[in-house]
Amino acid sequence: MAEITKKEIEHLALLSRLSLSEEEKNTLSQQIKEILNYVEKVNELNTENVTPTFNVLPLGERLREDKVDNKFDSQSLLRNAPESEGNFFKVPKIV
Amino acid sequence: MNLEAVIGLEVHCQLASCSKIFCSCPTKFGALPNTQVCPVCLGLPGVLPVFNKRVLELAIISGLALSCKINNHSRFHRKNYFYPDLPKAYQISQYDEPLATGGSINLDGKKIGITRLHLEEDAGKLMHAEGASLVDFNRCGIPLIEIVSEPDIRSPEEAYAYLTEIKAILQYTEVSNCNMEEGSLRCDVNVSIRREGEGLGEKVEIKNLNSFRGVEKALHYEIERQIEVIKSGRKVFQETRLFDEKKQVTFTMRAKEEAKDYRYFPEPDLLPLIVEKEQIESLKSQVPELASQKKERFMKDYGLSEYDAKILTSTKEMAIFFETCLRSYDKPKIVNNWITTELLGLLAEKKKKLADSLVKPELLTKMLLLIDDGVISGKIGKDVFAEIFASGKDPEEIIKEKGLVQIKDTDSLYLVIDEVLSENPQAIKDYQEGKKKAVGSLIGQIMKKTMGRANPELANQLLLKRLGEDI
Ligand SMILES: [Zn+2]
Repeated sequence: MAEITKKEIEHLALLSRLSLSEEEKNTLSQQIKEILNYVEKVNELNTENVTPTFNVLPLGERLREDKVDNKFDSQSLLRNAPESEGNFFKVPKIV
Repeated sequence: MNLEAVIGLEVHCQLASCSKIFCSCPTKFGALPNTQVCPVCLGLPGVLPVFNKRVLELAIISGLALSCKINNHSRFHRKNYFYPDLPKAYQISQYDEPLATGGSINLDGKKIGITRLHLEEDAGKLMHAEGASLVDFNRCGIPLIEIVSEPDIRSPEEAYAYLTEIKAILQYTEVSNCNMEEGSLRCDVNVSIRREGEGLGEKVEIKNLNSFRGVEKALHYEIERQIEVIKSGRKVFQETRLFDEKKQVTFTMRAKEEAKDYRYFPEPDLLPLIVEKEQIESLKSQVPELASQKKERFMKDYGLSEYDAKILTSTKEMAIFFETCLRSYDKPKIVNNWITTELLGLLAEKKKKLADSLVKPELLTKMLLLIDDGVISGKIGKDVFAEIFASGKDPEEIIKEKGLVQIKDTDSLYLVIDEVLSENPQAIKDYQEGKKKAVGSLIGQIMKKTMGRANPELANQLLLKRLGEDI
């Protein structure tokens, strides 16, 4: 059975910049535990001599020529953001 | 107690491709914010990265120039961290299967190992405004290589030398412009103290280093700090510190900013990077002669001192300038003297770079030929050279304009000599009484009267004749 501590939940929340209430922490640790247990099933297989599969295609990466194409208008891209200022994306203060 | 510093460096260098690493946005420096972005580098949903062929070539050339083994099979990973300079919340980088491994460079006979060289994308730029932060993603997706050294470096000076050499190699191979002001070359430092017989102490990382001198100074401070901590019986903690350039100290980064847990996993949107042997072989021919090899050749072929050869090969432009001069003026030592003293002197004085200077090899060699032909003296040459430096004019034109042609005809020189002699009866008397030194002051006055234009050998000869010597 996989275990996840409250400390680990708090660490994950910090990495994701989420602030969680005590109640949320409890719910999440229960839910994440269930997910981990579900995935844990895979660990029952013996994979000692199996190379990990990262991609199912037996190919190498296809490469692109080094050609510039700057067709996107920055104003239309900025409109996707919740907030912008001038030509910048605007985010909550980070320091 | 025997303590020694153990230093490792991570250099990030922008590769000189026209488009970004995984999309076709331009990489030009100085564009307006967010005008070189697209859905791929902004991490919008549903986009896929496509790797740039030129970036791979440049990275392989860099690896070869650093004597690395280029791995036939490498892979991209996602390095996860949540920060607004990274719209996808992960950086595409390489982890346990980097492009190149096991290289080295040579620092005056000492070998510094290169652990690895890997590919990654740059992040955006944050600006902190009133009550908010503003983000420019133009740099996001700029192709970078990260070069990680072995912990072979033992002093701040050695770190400085290592960085200078890495920069020279990357510039020589033309994989990057290595411009630190534009952020195309950056550096992080790892340093710990080894106590004899006790193994390595905890490693401290220093960030925010904006120049090679900054690296040197930060290391001086940090090494001293760690030694003091150890000597007082306390422990050095593993942490990331920032360098304050103004105060010249390093200080602890807040733990919250430091939370380092990148949870690397293979990038599912990119297939493994396969590099064929043939491609590596064909790129090998594109690795040019590097600074250190050029230096050796300059010493051997041109009989230059190591010191001079090092200066002349410190940048590729300088080495090309020097060798271009030799094509029309085959006296390496003379050309070397003019470059290392006059040209570099003026460049330093005017805070200019060779590339922006008006002095071209043809102008310098033309002037040197005029000196050899006796049209002007070497001393006047310095004035002519300064004028070439200032205006980029042809030396012949400058000489004509300023009337600097050397006086070589006997009659004109006798006129000046007689004038000087008539003004200095005492000097003549001194000379005749055996004080041969008097000649020096007389020659000085002849030069002064001719504004340095008298041919010195001829003037000397004629003066001695006038003084009654039989020559
Ligand atoms: Zn883009």
